[in-house]
Amino acid sequence: MRRLESLLANINSHRWLTSIVGIVGAGLTLSACNIPAFGAYHGSTLQGHDTFKLWQGFMIIALIVGVIVWGLILWSSFRYRIKPSKSRPNNPDSSDSRDSENSLPRQFQYHLPLEILYTVLPILIVAVMFYFTVVTENEVDAVSANPAVRIYLTAFQWGWRFNYTGEGVSVVGNYNHYPQAVLPVGETVQITLVSSDVVHGFYVPAFNFSRYAQPGVTNVFDLNIRKQGIYNGRCTEFCGLYHTEMIFSIKAVSPTAYHAWLSKQQSKTRTKS
Amino acid sequence: MQQDNMTKPGMRIEALFLLSIALFVAVITVVYWFESYENSGTVMLLAASLLGLVPGTYYYWWSRRMLGRPEDLDQPEPAKKEVVIGAFPNGSIWPFVFAMGCASIALGLVFGLWLLALGVIVVISATAGFTAESRRGGSV
Amino acid sequence: MTTLEEKALTSQEVSAELTDVKSRHFEPSGLLNWLTSTDHKMIGKSYLITSFMFMLLGGALALVIRLQLASPNNSLVTLHQYNELFTMHGSIMIYLFVGPFAFGGLANYIVPLQVGAPDMAFPRLNLLSYWLYLSGGLIMVLGFFVTGGAADFGWVAYAPLSNAVNSPGAGPDMWIVALLLTGFSAIFTGVNIIATVFYLRAPGLTMFRLPIFTWNMVVVAILILIAFPVLTSALVMLYADRHFGTHIFEVQGGGVPVLWQNLFWFFGHPEVYILALPFFGVVTEIIPVFSRKPLFGYKGMLFATLAIAALSTGVWAHHMFTTGVVLLPFFSLMTYLISVPTGVKFFNWIATMWRGHIRFDTPMLYAVGFLITFLGGGLSGMLLAAPPLDFFEHDTYFVVAHFHNVVMALFLAAVGALVYWYPKMTGRMMREGIGKISFWFMFIGANVTFIPQYILGLRGMPRRIVTYPPGIGWHFLNELSTIGSFMIAVGALFLVINFWVSWRKPIPAGNDPWDGHTLEWYTTSPPPHHNFDRLPIVRSERPVWDVKYGLEGAAIPGHSNSNPPSSVKDKDHADNAAG
Repeated sequence: MRRLESLLANINSHRWLTSIVGIVGAGLTLSACNIPAFGAYHGSTLQGHDTFKLWQGFMIIALIVGVIVWGLILWSSFRYRIKPSKSRPNNPDSSDSRDSENSLPRQFQYHLPLEILYTVLPILIVAVMFYFTVVTENEVDAVSANPAVRIYLTAFQWGWRFNYTGEGVSVVGNYNHYPQAVLPVGETVQITLVSSDVVHGFYVPAFNFSRYAQPGVTNVFDLNIRKQGIYNGRCTEFCGLYHTEMIFSIKAVSPTAYHAWLSKQQSKTRTKS
Repeated sequence: MQQDNMTKPGMRIEALFLLSIALFVAVITVVYWFESYENSGTVMLLAASLLGLVPGTYYYWWSRRMLGRPEDLDQPEPAKKEVVIGAFPNGSIWPFVFAMGCASIALGLVFGLWLLALGVIVVISATAGFTAESRRGGSV
Repeated sequence: MTTLEEKALTSQEVSAELTDVKSRHFEPSGLLNWLTSTDHKMIGKSYLITSFMFMLLGGALALVIRLQLASPNNSLVTLHQYNELFTMHGSIMIYLFVGPFAFGGLANYIVPLQVGAPDMAFPRLNLLSYWLYLSGGLIMVLGFFVTGGAADFGWVAYAPLSNAVNSPGAGPDMWIVALLLTGFSAIFTGVNIIATVFYLRAPGLTMFRLPIFTWNMVVVAILILIAFPVLTSALVMLYADRHFGTHIFEVQGGGVPVLWQNLFWFFGHPEVYILALPFFGVVTEIIPVFSRKPLFGYKGMLFATLAIAALSTGVWAHHMFTTGVVLLPFFSLMTYLISVPTGVKFFNWIATMWRGHIRFDTPMLYAVGFLITFLGGGLSGMLLAAPPLDFFEHDTYFVVAHFHNVVMALFLAAVGALVYWYPKMTGRMMREGIGKISFWFMFIGANVTFIPQYILGLRGMPRRIVTYPPGIGWHFLNELSTIGSFMIAVGALFLVINFWVSWRKPIPAGNDPWDGHTLEWYTTSPPPHHNFDRLPIVRSERPVWDVKYGLEGAAIPGHSNSNPPSSVKDKDHADNAAG
């Protein structure tokens, strides 16, 4: 029994649980600078930044769990390893060690408290993760009733059409000429995403966001871009021959510059027609 | 101990196994339907639940009417004489022929009707061969 | 060894005897045997060899993909060829290798032996399964040689990209009918496994004494029966859309394209566990044997398997988080919950090794390699289960890395299973030295290939793109990944060499080379026709161990020792068993 107690102590988990909860809380409340990014983009939209904080928290949980379990695997592999004797077990001539009772390890098989512990513990971790998932998900999926800019975005094989709803302006491009949409910083941009043929995916890595563009489905989402700059995006869902080249970019500018660009485009359209 | 063994019903675990799958999926089905009102997933879940329910109920019905088989018992009586487990067929060419017929039908769906017709003929003759052959075969 | 055999036989006097049918049996040889033998061992070996061949083909396609991606703006293959390559790589590996290798090959060979049965319940149906599988597989691969080439819409064939307008030609149709054939093959095998385990067990081998591998195969068979009919009907609908003018998946005729995704993933996610559970079972066989201990928490392990299977029917739409039309919290929660039984399995495996006497023969090496690699895939799976995180990981190389991490772990376990049961199948040992070289190449290669892909995904590299421009930080990681993939190939080459060496210079294995626990180690290697001349008395889930270490009472009828025997000296045992 004592041996198993020490086993239990090794995987003592209440401490871990408290620290996990603490770290997740910290990951979600503290500013992002204190915690490494773990390879992800920081999220140039408000929504993407929320996602990024969730990512940090989850990476920490995953790493803690990973280190513990990997550690246990490696520890038991090395600690309980038996040097291969000269006699292989299938060698009939050998007086192999297994013939003596002494070399058998203890044949324990059940330990209910331990089993309950490592069933309940993951459930608790999962509950915590699920809670933060739902919170972030609601932030990311929230849709504003009166956004500053509305875009009707159509994906097609193999390009994108950004229609600025109510402004009479559109930006179109395909795999020969990538489109660049101009959007304002600090305002709510609402994108209505559809597809005119097959399934495509609207994906801007720096926004930590993607969404399918599908025939028969209209998807609506908000983007609040935080920083000026040019953000490249592309189609993620395989859509045929030129899937690789189905690229677009978003140029995020100040609201003044955005309105200037918009009226310039409008006058261009007028002179054309 | 032996007494318990002899009255212990057979096929019970098998039946409960299938029924528990049916029950779990049924719960999921209800939750899913009332959360989403989405048709396709609900139908598929319902079908999956029935898949456990139908054979599970059958086994359960039987388990209440049969005595435990030797494999259901913790401590079965040792067999006193030779046991016949079942009949097992010798080698057979018909599964191969049947499969080639199916492949021909499949290719017929892609390349044209003549392959389809050929496949149907082969499958029918293989079925006949199968049936005739079932009269033979040994027991173990 | 001799003494053990004698001991076994003396304790056998009361066991059930089987009728000797060898005299009545006619066994052709060579090609005819391949075509006609209904012996589960022959069919199992055919499955293993065939699926191994498909694996080599799928792997070769993957190497071409990796070569294409090794450097920016590469044009080793054309756009169309590239689309064919990744479609066929995925299709071959998923539909023709991992699944058939597990439930066609391993289960076919091992399950009847582990339950002490003379054969599968329906031997001719079994043979039919094999030929349906092989003909389906060949039809799929032959798609490369028709006009327009093989299917090129990804292994998931999302509608409406897979319709007659976007993907015309015979190749996609061949892909569809091939999956119909292999789908029926899988269904028949599933039925066969369930019937075998329900009806042909040895006396005393109750359901709660079945080896976990066999249990997992039963669960897999149930999942096959749940999942494959859905795929088959979805394929029929797709075929009808392509040829009969229906509009099931076409918006223009009032159809619903998302329906395809729902149907496909309702098949597709249980399919993931159809692929994984057999190899969980393999590892669960290997670890106790090489730790020389009973499996820790047998019942917990069993219920974990059942929980995984049950939950896997309710998680399909986590592949569809970014569609915007699925219930995010429901599928997210179900997905998280699957990690709980998986975690239980991990702890059970570790606790089985704990205080064991672990021999690191090649199978055990593969099993531990599986644990380490699979954990990476599992943890990244947790990161994908959160819809907001999935939004930026979906369809990027992060996902590619995640599921390849998982399937490479399964692949390691598959090779482990081959090495573990190869002596039983052939009566020969594989070489330990070559096996270990092979393992290290595969294990390191798997991680060198797929860990960089996680980072690539986070840097925004989408999957299924044919090339990428230089100077955006993707080049080095892709190069690394390509190097890793060739390391895996070298490992596979050593595996083939190992087969060849053991074929040329056999080392006899004996009946029980690994000091096994379960019934397959009781018969000869390879087993005779109809497997067993005698069976030991089964009083625990380790009947052969009971015979060998023969604790008093283990083989005596009427003695109520349903717990596995332990060392007599061990005074703690009773406490632990009770706890």
